[in-house]
Amino acid sequence: MQIHQYDVVIVGAGGAGMRAALESSSRVRTAVISKLYPTRSHTGAAQGGMCAALANVEEDNWEWHTFDTVKGGDYLVDQDAAEIMAKEAIQAVIDLEHMGLPFNRTPEGKIDQRRFGGHTAEHGKAPVRRACYAADRTGHMILQTLYQQCVARDVEFFNEFYVLDVLLDTDLRDGTVADGEEVAVSGVVAYDLATGETHVFQAKSVVFATGGAGRIFKTTSNAHTLTGDGMALALRAGLPLEDMEFFQFHPTGLAGLGILLSEAARGEGAILRNSEGERFMERYAPTIKDLAPRDMVARAMANEVREGRGCGPHKDYVLLDLTHLEPAHIDAKLPDITEFARTYLGVEPYTEPVPVYPTAHYAMGGIPTDIDARALRNNTDVVHGLFAAGETACVSVHGANRLGTNSLLDINVFGKRAGIAAAAYAATAEFVPLPESPADAVVEQLEAIRSRASGERVAELRAALQQTMDANAQVFRTNESLTQALADVKALQARYADVHVQDKSRQFNLDLLEAVELGFLLDLAEVVVTGALAREESRGGHFREDFPSRDDEKFMRHTMAYRHGDTVTLDYKPVVVTRYEPMERKY
Amino acid sequence: MTATLSEPAAVGEVPTFDVTLRIRRFTPETHGDEAYWQEFTIQAHGTDRLLDALHKAKWDVDGSLSFRRSCAHGVCGSDAMRINGRNRLACKTLLKDLDPEKPITVEPIKGLPVIKDLIVDMEPFFASYREIMPFLVSESQKPTKERLQSAEQRERFDDTTKCILCAACTSSCPVFWTDGQYFGPAAIVNAHRFIFDSRDDAGAQRLEILNDKEGVWRCRTIFNCTEACPRGIEVTKAIQEVKRAMVTRAY
Ligand SMILES: Cc1cc2nc3c(=O)[nH]c(=O)nc-3n(C[C@H](O)[C@H](O)[C@H](O)COP(=O)(O)OP(=O)(O)OC[C@H]3O[C@@H](n4cnc5c(N)ncnc54)[C@H](O)[C@@H]3O)c2cc1C
Ligand code: FES
Repeated sequence: MQIHQYDVVIVGAGGAGMRAALESSSRVRTAVISKLYPTRSHTGAAQGGMCAALANVEEDNWEWHTFDTVKGGDYLVDQDAAEIMAKEAIQAVIDLEHMGLPFNRTPEGKIDQRRFGGHTAEHGKAPVRRACYAADRTGHMILQTLYQQCVARDVEFFNEFYVLDVLLDTDLRDGTVADGEEVAVSGVVAYDLATGETHVFQAKSVVFATGGAGRIFKTTSNAHTLTGDGMALALRAGLPLEDMEFFQFHPTGLAGLGILLSEAARGEGAILRNSEGERFMERYAPTIKDLAPRDMVARAMANEVREGRGCGPHKDYVLLDLTHLEPAHIDAKLPDITEFARTYLGVEPYTEPVPVYPTAHYAMGGIPTDIDARALRNNTDVVHGLFAAGETACVSVHGANRLGTNSLLDINVFGKRAGIAAAAYAATAEFVPLPESPADAVVEQLEAIRSRASGERVAELRAALQQTMDANAQVFRTNESLTQALADVKALQARYADVHVQDKSRQFNLDLLEAVELGFLLDLAEVVVTGALAREESRGGHFREDFPSRDDEKFMRHTMAYRHGDTVTLDYKPVVVTRYEPMERKY
Repeated sequence: MTATLSEPAAVGEVPTFDVTLRIRRFTPETHGDEAYWQEFTIQAHGTDRLLDALHKAKWDVDGSLSFRRSCAHGVCGSDAMRINGRNRLACKTLLKDLDPEKPITVEPIKGLPVIKDLIVDMEPFFASYREIMPFLVSESQKPTKERLQSAEQRERFDDTTKCILCAACTSSCPVFWTDGQYFGPAAIVNAHRFIFDSRDDAGAQRLEILNDKEGVWRCRTIFNCTEACPRGIEVTKAIQEVKRAMVTRAY
C-alpha cells in the first residue's frame, strides 16, 4: 500500500473533474484520480451543445434561461442554484472559448447558437437559440479543450486508478450521528488497475466528479463505465443521495441500441413520426412540438408505441425524420449522429427516417451539495472538505427533468465552483488524520471476490438488473412495476454476496472491477426504485401511471435517501423557491 | 469455425450467426511470457459489433480476457485494436462487415508495449502528444467576450479537431513500428489542429519541434494512418500541410 498526500484530490477526469482541476491546481497541490484516461470520459460523447444566454443571434437573457430551467425541471429545481448557473453560463462559455474551444461561428465570427428543447424566449413564447455548439461534437471539444489546458498547466493525473472508498473522520453508517456535529473527510482509497495495488490519498479536500449511472438500465446512451461509483461510495459512507428516482430517458436513442441521436437533430428541424406518418408531437405539445422537454417527448413516443402506432416489424419504435433537410446542412451541423445511424443501423438519414426509442440518459439526482459544491450529510450540514460536481452531484439545478445543454453547462459552472471552493478550504484547513489501516476494507472486499472459487457470474446478475429496470422503472412506472423491480433488485443483491470472477490476476483485472461496479449499480438501483415507489405523483422524468398528476402539496420536495445498515430510508428536503411559483407545465 | 447463418430471418428480424474470434493473448501472470492464440466461438446478431463479440467471450466464456472499452460507439478512443490485420475500433466494426466465414483475428495495436491481452501501454503515445504543445497559446490580450473567428478560419482546422487519441493511426505506421521515437501521426494531427487555428500564436514553436529528426520528415506518406483513422480524418493530408507550412512559413 502506498500513501500520498495532496491538498486537493479530484476523483474523475471528465468535464466536471478537469474544470475543477484547472482552478484547484493553480492554487494548491492537486491530484486528479480517474479510472479512465481523461479523454475517454463520457463528457466526450456529448453532442448537441452547451447553453448560455449570450444573445449572439437573437434576444435572450439569463433570467429567461433560469425560468426555462425551473419550469423544465417541473419546479423541483432549487431556484437560487438555477439562477447562479444561468448567470455564470455566459462566462463559462467565454472561458472555454478563451481556452481554445472551436465553437461554430456566426457570419460575424461570434459563437453561433441553436435551438434546443425547452429553451424559450419570454417565458415560453417561442423557442430561442441558446445552445453554443461545435457541430454535434460539443462534448468532445469540451473534454479535449479541458485536457489540453490540463497538459499546459501540468496537472497531475493518476489514470486508470479506481477510487473505491471515501474516508471520513466519523462513522456515519448507522445514522446515529446528531445533526450539527462536525464531520470531515480525510481522503480516499484507490486501486491501481495496472498493478492491482491499493493507494491511499490523504487530502484536505476531496471532489467527487465521477459522472452518471446509466448502466443500471439496459437501454442507455451511457458508457459501460458509467456505474455511479461516486454516488454509491457516498451512500455507503452514510451520506444521503438526493432525488435519485428522477432519471432522464432521452427520446432519441437508436432503436434497440440506445446510442444517442442528439436533440440537436430536432433543433435543426428533424421531426418525429409514427407509423401513420403523423407528426404526433403536435398533439402533445402544440406550441413547441418536437422541441418539448425530453420527459414529455419520451412519454409521447412510448405512448404512440403502446397505442399501436409504432413502426417496424414489432411496432416498437418511432421514426426521426431528417429527409426534408438539405444533405449539406446535415453534414455541417449533424455529421456524427447521422454517421451513427449509418454505421449501427445501416440507415441513410438523407433519404430514410431513423428508428428511435427512448434511452436512459441522465441522472438528475446525486450527492446533495450546496451552491459551492460542498457535499451535505443531511438537509443542512456539510461534510468539511468533501465536494461533488457534475452528473454525480445534485445541486439541484435539473430538478425532475434536465433541459438539454444544461449539463455541459452544469459541469463547467459547478466544476469551476468546486475547484475554487475545494482549494480555498484546503488553503486554511489541516489534514485530518487517516483512520488506522485505511485500505483494509477495500482490500478485504476485493480479495473476497477474487478468491471465491465459484459463485454467481457478474454478467448474468448485471443483465438481470438491467432487464428489470428497463421493464419496471423506465418511462412508465406503477406501484406494481416498482414493487417488482425492488423485489428483483433485493434478490440480485443477495446473489451478489456470492459473486465471483474468473480472472485471479493482479494486472489489469477488469473482471474484478466489473464485479465491484456491479455492486455500485445494485445499490443505486435500490435507491432509485425506493424513491420512485414512495413518490406517489408524476413529475418530470418520474411518471407514475397510478398517480398521473403532479402533487405539489405532498411532493414538492426533494427526496433524501440514506442507507443505514441494509435498508434504504427516505427523508425529504424543501425546494428553494425564489421567483417562480409552480405552474402547470404546458408547452 | 465457420459462420453459418442459422435460419433465414423473418422480415425485419436480425439474423443470428456463429462467429469465431482468434484472439492474440498475453497473460504473463498465468501463462508465462509467450503470447498465444485462443479461439472463441460465439453466437452473434446481425447488428453486433466486434466489441459485443469480445464482451460475449469475456462475460460468458473467459473472464480473464482483457481489453479496454468505454463508450461503445466510437467516441472515446479506448478500443483500437488490430482486426484482421487492420487497425480499427472494436466498437465501430460490425461483424457482418467482416468476412464471418473465416475466424476474425484480433490483436493488440503494434508498436506499443503489450501489457495484457489487447491492452498496451499508452504512455509513450501520450508522451509524444504532450510534446507538441497540444493547447492554444494566445499572446494577445483576452477580450471580455469571445475572440472572433470567421467560419472559414474555423473550417481550416476542423478535420483535425476530430481526433479521439485512440492511437489507431500511430500504431498503423511502419515508421513508428521501427522507430518508437518518431512523434507519429496522432501527435502531428494535434499539432496541425493548433498550427492552423487563427487564434493561436505558437505555430512557429510547434513547427520547430516537428522539424526534429523524429518529426514530420520521417513520414513516408504511406497512408496507413488515413486508412486507419476511425474518425475519417485525412491524416496524411494534415501531415503534408504541416510539412508545407514548415517550408513556407518563416519561423
Ligand atoms: C451521448 C450523450 C450526449 C450528451 N449530450 C449532451 C449535450 O449535448 N449537452 C449537455 O449539456 N449534456 C449532454 N449530455 C450529458 C453530459 O454529457 C454529461 O452529463 C456530462 O458530460 C457529465 O460530466 P461529468 O464530468 O460529470 O462526468 P464524466 O464525463 O462521465 O466523467 C466521469 C469521470 O469519473 C471517473 N470515474 C468514475 N468512477 C470513478 C472511480 N471509481 N474512480 C476514479 N474515477 C472514476 C471517470 O474516469 C471519468 O473521468 C450527454 C450525455 C450523453 C451520454
Ligand atoms: S469504446 Fe469508445 S471508442 Fe470504442
